[in-house]
Amino acid sequence: MIGPDAIAAAVAGAVREAATTLRPDVRVALERAIAAERSPRGRQVLEQLAENARIAHDERVPLCQDTGTVWVRVEIGEEECVRGSVRAAVDAAVAETYRASALRMSVVRDAFSDRANTGDNTPAFIELAQRPGTGATVHVMLKGGGSDNSSALAMLEPAAGREGIVRFVLSVVEGKATGACPPLLVGVGIGGTFDTVAALAKKALLRSLDEPSPGPVDELEREILDVVNATGIGPAGLGGSTTAFGVRVLTAPCHIAALPVAVNLGCSAVRSATVEIA
Amino acid sequence: MPETGPFRLDLPADRETLAALTAGDAVLLSGVVFTARDATHARIVAELERTGDLPFGLAGQTLFYAGPTPPAAGRPAGAVGPTTASRMDAHTPALLRAGIVATIGKGARSPAVREACAETGSVYFGAVGGAAALLATHVRSAEAVAWPELGTEALLRMELVDFPAFVAIDTRGADLYAEAPAEWRTLPPRG
Repeated sequence: MIGPDAIAAAVAGAVREAATTLRPDVRVALERAIAAERSPRGRQVLEQLAENARIAHDERVPLCQDTGTVWVRVEIGEEECVRGSVRAAVDAAVAETYRASALRMSVVRDAFSDRANTGDNTPAFIELAQRPGTGATVHVMLKGGGSDNSSALAMLEPAAGREGIVRFVLSVVEGKATGACPPLLVGVGIGGTFDTVAALAKKALLRSLDEPSPGPVDELEREILDVVNATGIGPAGLGGSTTAFGVRVLTAPCHIAALPVAVNLGCSAVRSATVEIA
Repeated sequence: MPETGPFRLDLPADRETLAALTAGDAVLLSGVVFTARDATHARIVAELERTGDLPFGLAGQTLFYAGPTPPAAGRPAGAVGPTTASRMDAHTPALLRAGIVATIGKGARSPAVREACAETGSVYFGAVGGAAALLATHVRSAEAVAWPELGTEALLRMELVDFPAFVAIDTRGADLYAEAPAEWRTLPPRG
């Protein structure tokens, strides 16, 4: 039996860590980019980002002033039972952690009818799912407005194929990358339905840059990364070789008539963490 | 668009000083700016429409598109960096014509903003998004001037010290975000 409080505690710890500490795989990608970047201005930007990560970690201050909305995906083991409200427990933990850690409150009550700040960064945006086994896996992402605003979804036709997918991802990056804080992580979902493909793209951002992908997906990720980095948009959109650190693709089954594609951009300070509850 | 600088620039700057800057220049900004993002813009523009003037002595000043985190590490904000400037584009030409002389944000802007910069002799500075812990070390003070109920979107008077940025749109309307990718293609390989 897993209590909602254990899940909430995992979220609180992940928020504190992710807000101030650059993901290890992103830190490695940043160091590599500094060595490879061809634009002097691009190198200056990358060096600012490396210095930023050092200050944030050493002084326990946020990497970015946009400490995001809290996105949580809880995967509960099929052998487990959870009794009580996960949402209520997670929202209470988010409110307390954002106040105690001096993070920014960035949520309004309603997108249309009441844009007053909720004052405690709740509600969190929570997905509940199951996975095999015991325990639970808790994924947490603090998603900034700039990178989420720069994301998009297309219901392509199957005939569009690989070329259509690459062209769509590139169009999203070319249209909006300068506001998404490049170097980017490009999360791509392919398949599922209109609603689930967007979640797939977001979930793709959780995958570490050094985690290998299956053959066909690996080739697609490399192809997209090459075309994205050939744009020259560069670090902070001020020109350079490093428009993206990496591309992560997740695929799923879909309707015979469909080729859903979603692109969720992650910023250079993509903030996510995964916690296992035994 | 070869990069030059960094040039030290005191804010608020007069239009003559701004005219000497060229898109691509690196700058270190010191002095007073006012933070304003989405909700703040709506209120400033409402005041401008109601009275015909910019409120709170904003004429001649610089707007910084930012919403900081609360104070931390002995500084007025734990982290503060630029938000996406294009969200302010709908209001910017009117604000520049009313007397704002410079803006600080991140990302590409509309042709209408470029034209308004050229028409009024104003400058748009691009700062690095995601470098907010570093940029916060270049903020000496921050105090609310208006609308504290907006939380992070309150109008703050902020004093900067050697705050690093780039001239993104200059007073002739040249645009670094538009030109930088093509410029990068002409650079020699690293070596």
